[in-house]
Parts: sequence; structure tokens; C-alpha cells
Amino acid sequence: MNRMSWFNAVSLTLGFAFLYIPMVILVIFSFNESKLVTVWAGFSTKWYGELLQNDAFLNAAWVTLKVAVFSSTLATVLGTIAAYVLVRGGRFMGRTLFSGMIYAPLVMPEVITGLSLLLLFIGIGLDRGVFTIVLAHTTFSMCYVSVVVSSRLVTFDRSLEEAALDLGCSASEAFRLVTLPIIAPAVISGWLLAFTLSLDDLVIASFTSGPSATTLPIKIFSAVRLGVSPEINALSTIMISIVTVGVITASLVTKHQVAKQKREEMEAVRS
Amino acid sequence: MRRYFLIAIPYVWLLALFLVPFAIVLKISLSDAAIARPPYFPQFDWAEGIAAFLAELDFENFVWLTEDDLYWKAYLSSLKIAVISTFFTLLAGYPIAYGMARAPAEWRPTLMMLVILPFWTSFLIRVYAWMGILSNEGFLNQFLMWTGVISEPLTILNTNSAVYIGIVYTYLPFMILPIYSALERLDGSLIEAAEDLGCSRLSAFWLVTVPLSKNGIIAGSFLVFIPVLGEFVIPSLLGGSDTLMIGKVLWEEFFSNRDWPVASAVAVVLLLLLVVPIVLFQRNQQKQQEAEQ
Amino acid sequence: MNTSAFEPWNDPEAKPLIHFQNVTKRYGEFTAIDNLTIDIYEREFYALLGPSGCGKTTLMRMLAGFETPTEGTIHLAGQDIAPVPPNKRAVNMMFQSYALFPHLSVWENIAFGLKREKMPKHDIGDRVEEMLRLTRLEKFARRKPHQISGGQRQRVALARSLAKHPKLLLLDEPLGALDKKLRQETQFELMDIQEKTGTTFVIVTHDQEEAMTVASRVAVMDHGKIIQVATPDRIYETPNSVYVADFIGDVNLIEGTAKPNGSDVYAMSWHEGHAPLAVQSPNGFSDGQKCHLAIRPEKVSISADKPETADNAVQGKILDIAYLGNISTYHVELPTGAVIKAQAANTRRIARRAFTWEDTVWLSWTATAGVLLAE
Repeated sequence: MNRMSWFNAVSLTLGFAFLYIPMVILVIFSFNESKLVTVWAGFSTKWYGELLQNDAFLNAAWVTLKVAVFSSTLATVLGTIAAYVLVRGGRFMGRTLFSGMIYAPLVMPEVITGLSLLLLFIGIGLDRGVFTIVLAHTTFSMCYVSVVVSSRLVTFDRSLEEAALDLGCSASEAFRLVTLPIIAPAVISGWLLAFTLSLDDLVIASFTSGPSATTLPIKIFSAVRLGVSPEINALSTIMISIVTVGVITASLVTKHQVAKQKREEMEAVRS
Repeated sequence: MRRYFLIAIPYVWLLALFLVPFAIVLKISLSDAAIARPPYFPQFDWAEGIAAFLAELDFENFVWLTEDDLYWKAYLSSLKIAVISTFFTLLAGYPIAYGMARAPAEWRPTLMMLVILPFWTSFLIRVYAWMGILSNEGFLNQFLMWTGVISEPLTILNTNSAVYIGIVYTYLPFMILPIYSALERLDGSLIEAAEDLGCSRLSAFWLVTVPLSKNGIIAGSFLVFIPVLGEFVIPSLLGGSDTLMIGKVLWEEFFSNRDWPVASAVAVVLLLLLVVPIVLFQRNQQKQQEAEQ
Repeated sequence: MNTSAFEPWNDPEAKPLIHFQNVTKRYGEFTAIDNLTIDIYEREFYALLGPSGCGKTTLMRMLAGFETPTEGTIHLAGQDIAPVPPNKRAVNMMFQSYALFPHLSVWENIAFGLKREKMPKHDIGDRVEEMLRLTRLEKFARRKPHQISGGQRQRVALARSLAKHPKLLLLDEPLGALDKKLRQETQFELMDIQEKTGTTFVIVTHDQEEAMTVASRVAVMDHGKIIQVATPDRIYETPNSVYVADFIGDVNLIEGTAKPNGSDVYAMSWHEGHAPLAVQSPNGFSDGQKCHLAIRPEKVSISADKPETADNAVQGKILDIAYLGNISTYHVELPTGAVIKAQAANTRRIARRAFTWEDTVWLSWTATAGVLLAE
């Protein structure tokens, strides 16, 4: 099937146009001279300048970044352990409850997760701020990490671990020297997923943050409620560019690696 | 010993930060509005014992939910919006997934990346992008007036239509990916066999392709339906004051009315509402896994 | 090396390296190993042969330490190994999938086990070089597992498991992933390496040809039990049961009743109206006992006329001919309906073959050609 039918071509074109036109418009109008977002009045980068002057946004961005780094790192550690326990732990008391608690947050509406955590923090008298957001984000993103890592562990050739034990490793050495290096790509993508989830989250952060800590999504949300603003467009453009560059780089690197591995395997067979 | 320590770390974390908070929500939803004002914890007095504690609990808040028709309407309208928007997402997503699966093999990774890319971009920003498009002086109205289809701007923003558009847009990747992975695995010779046996192109599609991508369709629909039920951002940015969704009601009950017991009761009912689709979804996934083995 | 044959199992003084004493392994209701007792001697190349699910892999995994016996004990060099974890056992294993660490080079894979026992750095280097030489992998030391061919991977796995000087090396279907030609070459390489290093090898395989080629002794297993342990030639020539005779190679089985006719000599009546068959067999049978005559196709001669001197001769009609190039197998139907296979070398070109379909021929064999087996 080297030629596409007109139907497939049309549906792909329309589909991707639908997915991308809103973002393209957003980006274009971040360079608009006028305050009115919908009327083009000439090219300008002044909104980027204003954004860099806006301390409230910069502070919020800094808080968001801190929360994302801490929570995704913590979530990666906890999620990887949880995945290992689920896939390799065998039977233990309360295993069903445990796997339920891993999967439930994935389908739990954010409003409920946020509300319940807030009630807990109030109940134990914890002051809300960066720390409580980190706790909240770690809790739900560790479940995503655990799903990503356990799907890798399920396909992991168990005899590799047995070979390590057979060659004299203790269980923890086998994990450190063999299992972890091999599942590292899954752990890294788990971390990236946790990181973006944390950057992105509005609802849970709104419940668990205090007056001292406002994250970027909270800031954007309250600005956006009042209507469209070119400053937000500029901010969105920056965020979209970072993600786009990141995703494209990552996919090029993987593509290159896969191609290299294939080439080397072909050569090995021929030799 | 070491093994139990390893299990205990994530286990205790989830107990403390997932299960316990949820138990608190359940408890507060059964408390009186007056007593339930913070702080809550002293309310449980060991001296009085569990019996006294239980005696204080009542279903008052749940009764309240049934009496005030706001909640009924919010639940029903959430369900309605979730069903309709899932249907539209399927309608938009299936042809895209089909086109991707039929595209030349060397394009597919790129197309796949193009579908995933929006997923990594901020949800809030993607919803926000539509505010500029759908408003009265927005691009859609400008475009339609320029083509002469309409002479007066349409009011789309702050209506349910805007909510549908926003949901279809933001949840489209969730629908495309499972359908695509089902269609991509589909053996092309099956279609050829069907045509060889006398099917037309269209009947081969209905009789072979659609049934074989059924699991993808079901998975995609649940992946859209379940989170949409509790959605908050889309109705509050794109919807109007008459857009009732339970996530938004809960938020307002909590942040505006400060009625925590009612907010908790709303949360409990929302969760009950979600149990059925989640269980169905789980069962579908399990069946699929077993079939693959 | 001494000139006498290597047969420690016939020496009552010899101490076995491995001793299984009444070992049973159960998984819930399922019994994988059923009350099994065996001895394996030092420097032996011991093959566990059987269909999948017969318990051979479980047996090997108990030696490696990945499974523990439900009942019974396993001794390695006189020491009970039940309390020793896999990473402390002087036993190494070569995995069916090879289990090469994909993130480490060939050199690092071989050095992996040595580093764990805190060997000095230059000793590790020396030992790895030695193993690379032994397995002819010097050129590939820096490569990653995915950069070498299947046969080379197999040799890396072997080198890695031998590097630690194990008392015992376990090989789980070591040649299963190779194509046929490479497999045959590698069989001899394995034997060569086993002889050079003097390590005791226990190999698990379902390929009877492989077991026969490499092993000093073959243990045929079925349903968690050992059916027979013997040298390859004994297993083939004098199987102790219908199961073993049938499992190893091709065999004709003729049912009948035994009638002793001198020491170790029997006349087996097998069909009314036919002369009883003369058989010489070490297995003892009483008068009138049911038995099977097992005879290999290549030990049955085929001729147009009745041979004068043969101990046994029967007439039949050629039903089928399987032409295999070097030999042909003739399927001959006897008047009783039974089909006997006979093999003959194709010394002449096929166009000048002596027999063809539907020909009436005589089959003959000597009294010592077959063996009498109980049911």
C-alpha cells in the first residue's frame, strides 16, 4: 500500500489541521502588536518583554519548576519500587489492595484527588505550600511511573536476573547492575511523564497550594478566566516550543538508535 | 525482611496519601454541616467510642443532594456531555487512526509523534487556544463572516457547543492511539480475503475492519468518557453559567460556598458514578490481554 | 590421561560429585520431580533428555538454586546445598536464551562473575583473555551482544559461565537457538571445551541426537522420573523400556509372548501361523509373559529371496519407500497387517533400485539384533 486513497489523505489532513491550527494561531498572535488578540496589527515581540518583567509569572514558574523536579524524582523512585514489587514481589498480604491503589489514581477525577488531599492536610494541620503540592503530585504521578515501568518489567527476560544471581550477585546487586540499566529508558520516560504531569496540573495544585505558593497553571488559569491576553499567548508559545523541541529531539534520538541497532544486527548476521 | 521493607515504602505512601484522604472524604460527607467545619479530627473522640461516633454520622448531605435539583441536573448533564463528546471524539478519531494505519510505513512514526505531541503540551493552554477562536470576534466567526456563510457572529464561547469542541480537541489523542494500535496490527490480507470472497470495499470495512478494531474503540471510548465525567477546566473556561458539570459544581461548592460536607458528598457520588465504567473498562482490558496471550 | 575408559559410574569406590537423594518437587497439585535419586560424577558430560514438561529443566534449576526441592536432599561434593543461595554456589548456568547482559560488552559480560568475587583487576583481565581464546572470541571482545551473530552469542554465554571455574556447569538447551548445521559444529566444540577444562557438564535437551553426540551418559526422563541412565550406545542398543526405545531413534515394536529357550535366549510367539522369533536378550522373562521385541530399522535386512542363514525371516509387501539420499527406509506390510520398517544403504543409483512399491520381499534379522522389553 504505497499510495494512499483520497479518503485517508483527506481525513489525515483534516485531523491534523484540527489538532494543530489552534496552537498555530496561538503562536502567531503572541507576536501581535495589538492588545486585541484577534486583530493583527503588525509583528512585535513586546509581549515577551512584558512577560519577562512580570514578577508574578516568573515566581510562579520558579515554584512550578521546583515542584515538578522534586515530585517527579520522588515519584520515579517510589513508582519504580512499586512496579518492581508488583511484577516481581510475588504474593504478599494486601497485594490486591496495593495494585488497586496503584491503578485507582489513574482514573480518579482530579477534583476528588485534590479535595481528599486537602482535607488530609487540614486534618493533620500541615501548612499548605510547595511541600504539600510536592506530596500531592508525587502521589498521583508515582502511579503513572509505576504503570510505565511495570509494562517494561513484564517483558523483561527474567533469565537475565537469574544469570546475575548465578554469577554471584546478591539480589540488590542484580537489580543495580543488570535490571536498572536495562529498564533505564522506561524509568526515564516515567520521570518525564511525571515531570510534565506536574508542570501541567491545575486542579490538584489549586486544592493543595497555599497563599505562599502559586504555580504557573494556577496563575494562567486566573488570568485566562478574565479573557484572552497576548501575554498568555507569549507564555504558551514558550511552553509549546520547549515541548516541541524536546519531543522532536527525543524521537529523532530514538529513531537514530533503533536504526543503528538494526544496522549492527544485520552486520553481525552477515559476518 | 528486606523484601517487606521494599514493599512497605510505596505501600505506606499510598495508604497515607491516597486511601486515608479518601476515607476522610467519606467521613466528612457523612458529617453535619455545622460540626464539619474545620478542624475535623477532634470530632472522633476515642473516649466516646465508635458507637457514639457512628451515631453522629448521617446521610443528611446525600439527602440534600437528592433534594436540590442542581446536583441531579449536574450529574445528568455530566453524563450527557460525556456520552455525546465521546461519540464525537470517536467520529473524529476513527478516520484519523484509520488513515494513520493505512499510511506508508515510513510515515507512521512521524504521524504517531504528531498525535502524541499535543499530549505533552499543557492541557490548560490547549483549552485556552480555543477561547480566542470561539469568541464572538474570534477567528471562527471572522472566517465564517468572510466566507459569507453568516452575517451575524455566532455565540459559541460560553455554551455547551464550546465545551464539546474543547473536549473533542483535548481528548482526541486518547481516542486515536488505542484505535490506531488495533488497526495497525490488523493483517491486510484479511481485507483482501474478504474482498476475494465477494465483499465490496465498504462491506469489508464494516464486516472485518470494524469488528477487529472493536477493542481499540472500546478502550479509546473509556479513556475519553471516564476523565470527561469529572472534567473541570473545560466547562469552566469554555462553558457558560448554564453549563452544568459535576467537577465544576464540586469546585464551586468547595471554593465558593465553602460547604465541605456537601462537596465531599458530591465527590462520593461522582466516584460511585465512575465505578461502573471503570469496572467495564478493566474487564475489557483484561479480556484483551488474555486474548493476546 | 589414563588409557582405561572413563566410567566412574562402574567404580564402586568413586564418590559422585552430585547426589540426588529421593528428591521430589511439587507445584501445588503438580509433581514436577517424583522421588528421584541419581549420581553424577566429576568430569562427566551428563545429558538430561526428555520431552518438554518431563521435569528436566526443574532438575537443573534445583542444581542452580532457583528452585528448592519439596522433599529429599541434593549433595554437591558431599555437602548439602539446600541452604546455599544461587549466588554462593560453585555452580554456573548457561541459559537457554543466553541471558547476555545487553548493556555490557562481550568482555564485560565474561568479567561480570569474576568482578563479583573481588578478583584482582589484572587476574580478571588474564582470565577473560583466556576464556576469549578458548571460545575464539578475541576479535569480538569490545562488541555488544547485539553486534555479534547467534553462534558467537552462544560462545559468549559459555565463556561467561565457565569463567568462574565452576565445579559444575549447567547448560539449558545450549544449542536450541542455532540452525542445524551450526548446531552440529558446536556440539563438537562443546565436547572439546569440556575435555580441555575438565568441568562437569550437565546438559538439558529435548534433542536426542544432541544428547547422544555430546554426553558420556544420558538420562531419559518422563513425568518427573528417570526412566534409564546409560551411555549413549547402551541407551540405543539396549533400552530398558518401550518408552526409551521409542523415544530414542526409530524402532519397530512387535508384541508377543516370551518362551525361555536356553540362557538369555527366547522364542517369542507373535502371531498364529508364523514361526516364533528367536531373540537373545539380557532382560529376564518367564514363560508366557507378554513382551515387546524392539528392533531398529537398520538392523533389518531386506531381500528378494528368503535368506538361508537368518535367525528370523518374514515375508511382506512394500507399502512405502522413504528416499533419504544416503539410505532408504522401506515400510513393509506383513500378512498380519503389521508394518515393519527396514533400512538399506543406497549403494546403487535410484533408477537401478532393486525393489519398488508392491514388491513382495523378505525381511530378516539375527537373534541378537533386537531386545525384548516388558510393557
